[in-house]
Amino acid sequence: MNFSAVTSQFWSLLLAGVAIGFIYVLISLGYTMVYGVLRLINFANSEIFMVGTFASIIVSRNFFGYNDSSDTIHGFKLYYTLAACLIAAMLMSGVTAVIVELVAYRRLRAKGTNRLASLISAIGTSIVLSEGARILTQSRPLASPRLLDKFFVFNLGTVGFRIDIIIVIVFAAGLFFAVDRFVNKTLLGKAIRAVSMSEDTSRLMGINLNRVISATFFIGGLMTGAAAFLYDLVFENTRFNIGFNLGLAAFTAAVLGGIGNLRGAFFGGITLGLIEVFASAIFGAQWQAVTVFVVLVLVLLFKPNGLFGEAIQQSRV
Amino acid sequence: MSNLRNFNLRDKGAEIWENWGRPARTTFVFAVVGLVILLPYAGDFSITSILNTPTASYQAVLVYPVGMYILMALGLNIVVGKSGLLDLGYVAFFAIGAYSAAILGTRTNLNIWEILPIGMGLAMLSGVLLGLPTLRLRGDYLAIVTLGFGEIVRITAINIQSTGGPNGIGGVPNPPAVLGMKFDIDNLKGFFWIVLVMILLVIWMIRRFTSRRPGRAWEAIRQDEDVAMLMGVPVLRYKIWSFSIGAAVGGAAGVIFASKAMFVAPDMFTFNVSVLILSCVVFGGMGNIWGVIVGATILAYLPERIRFISTARQLVFGLALVIIMNVRPDGLLPRKKREKIKAKGAGN
Repeated sequence: MNFSAVTSQFWSLLLAGVAIGFIYVLISLGYTMVYGVLRLINFANSEIFMVGTFASIIVSRNFFGYNDSSDTIHGFKLYYTLAACLIAAMLMSGVTAVIVELVAYRRLRAKGTNRLASLISAIGTSIVLSEGARILTQSRPLASPRLLDKFFVFNLGTVGFRIDIIIVIVFAAGLFFAVDRFVNKTLLGKAIRAVSMSEDTSRLMGINLNRVISATFFIGGLMTGAAAFLYDLVFENTRFNIGFNLGLAAFTAAVLGGIGNLRGAFFGGITLGLIEVFASAIFGAQWQAVTVFVVLVLVLLFKPNGLFGEAIQQSRV
Repeated sequence: MSNLRNFNLRDKGAEIWENWGRPARTTFVFAVVGLVILLPYAGDFSITSILNTPTASYQAVLVYPVGMYILMALGLNIVVGKSGLLDLGYVAFFAIGAYSAAILGTRTNLNIWEILPIGMGLAMLSGVLLGLPTLRLRGDYLAIVTLGFGEIVRITAINIQSTGGPNGIGGVPNPPAVLGMKFDIDNLKGFFWIVLVMILLVIWMIRRFTSRRPGRAWEAIRQDEDVAMLMGVPVLRYKIWSFSIGAAVGGAAGVIFASKAMFVAPDMFTFNVSVLILSCVVFGGMGNIWGVIVGATILAYLPERIRFISTARQLVFGLALVIIMNVRPDGLLPRKKREKIKAKGAGN
């Protein structure tokens, strides 16, 4: 127990929690959107994240030829390199998500079988992806070259705002806003909301179910891929099994906010990030995961639909 | 292809079984049990030595993973298959059993036979404690809470002193000899037979439950919880029973496992084990004892047998899960579709 760390570093912990929280928000969009339309946990989403982290690093290493000892770069070169990494991570994750849907869910859905069968086939694809990555990387971690010079942009009191943290927060918030607009304002978004309300009715209304579900997986994958890029930017490291813990945390975040609910995922992600950071400051980093789950159980006990499950039902995906 | 999909070996088997008289049934059961008892010797003969596993010792593989997986899959089948509760943290009960054996076995004078009921009791107790708040929740929430519980048990084992931290606990005693039969590293056959006895007991227990009130209550809850509640089934109580009986079986498996391995460490109880056991249940056919046994045997034995492609064996395992689920979504041997309506309802 170490409460003095909390009082002395309150504001910097708060910032760190919010930054991690925004990464969780993006990953949990992958869970929550799929849950919204299919009522199924997308178990392979953690592996979709893992694939994204590798795609981003591999582009900067093999395509642009940077390595661990490269100097940081500046100016226009920095912008297009980071943009290429981001696009690679998002596309890779998005395409993987669509493939996962084709392989693991589509045939089973057509047969109308029980939910556990889809769950097991998703777990199967998740094993294939992570084992494939393990074999290709020979279980070695892969470090991301530091391309961005991580300077402190400004200080507020004792809290330094580092550039990568600012990028994470601004960029993730922007993406979340874009997805929220997309789901609520566009035609495809309307179709996604319709499918999440009633599959049969939306089919009667002439909605192409398979196309909408693929699109949902793709968007969820894009967001997870963006989270993967941001994770690389901050933590500069990845391994084949990186998805497990982050996926678990992001899923907890989705449940915390009320799974299937976009804005719930937002609040859930930030809340979870804060809980994690403060809990590891108080109890020590090794108890971080435990505190997260204890909080989750408490939330489910008193508000079983998640913190925002019913309140903003309208914005349900 | 569609023939293959609609073919239900479980129904076919039940049909043959019903047409047999009592002597034929008894002979068959004894023959099968007899053959299984002889399994540890199969590695020594030229014809059956094809069963031998290339790297691990064959008799060791029969105990863990094969026997243990069947035992745990049967336990989890009560929870997932019979009552339809998705438990993703079953390994927690296995770990609780194993750690009770390790802690009590090394710090007290109790022997493994005396620890076995204690381990089962502790697992059951934790099942009740976990079940009371969480079993009110539905489906996916229950899944995430049980998953979290599995991780909590493992992380706690890593972080506290009395469980030996990440290094675990060594020197867990073997069970004392029973009727002159020894149980140690040179007599793995003994462990196999213990596990076999436990499996037979669990099968007997599940069959008794299925045809009586708890089994009917679980079936009702699995099919539709609301209707079951309206019909006066005390839903929460039966869910907790199902959960804690499944936990007790997992705890028993843990005690025997710790005593056979003589050592426990937190990384034996990862989420992967829970997933594997769940896969055994779903792969074989949820709710059907024989399907679960076949599924667990295949999923436990196959990765050991194909160890020659060692680096890719988990990959092959994942592929097999996807393919089987796509071809036969109800598992290899699905639950009986034709319930005993004919015998009881038709009134002939």
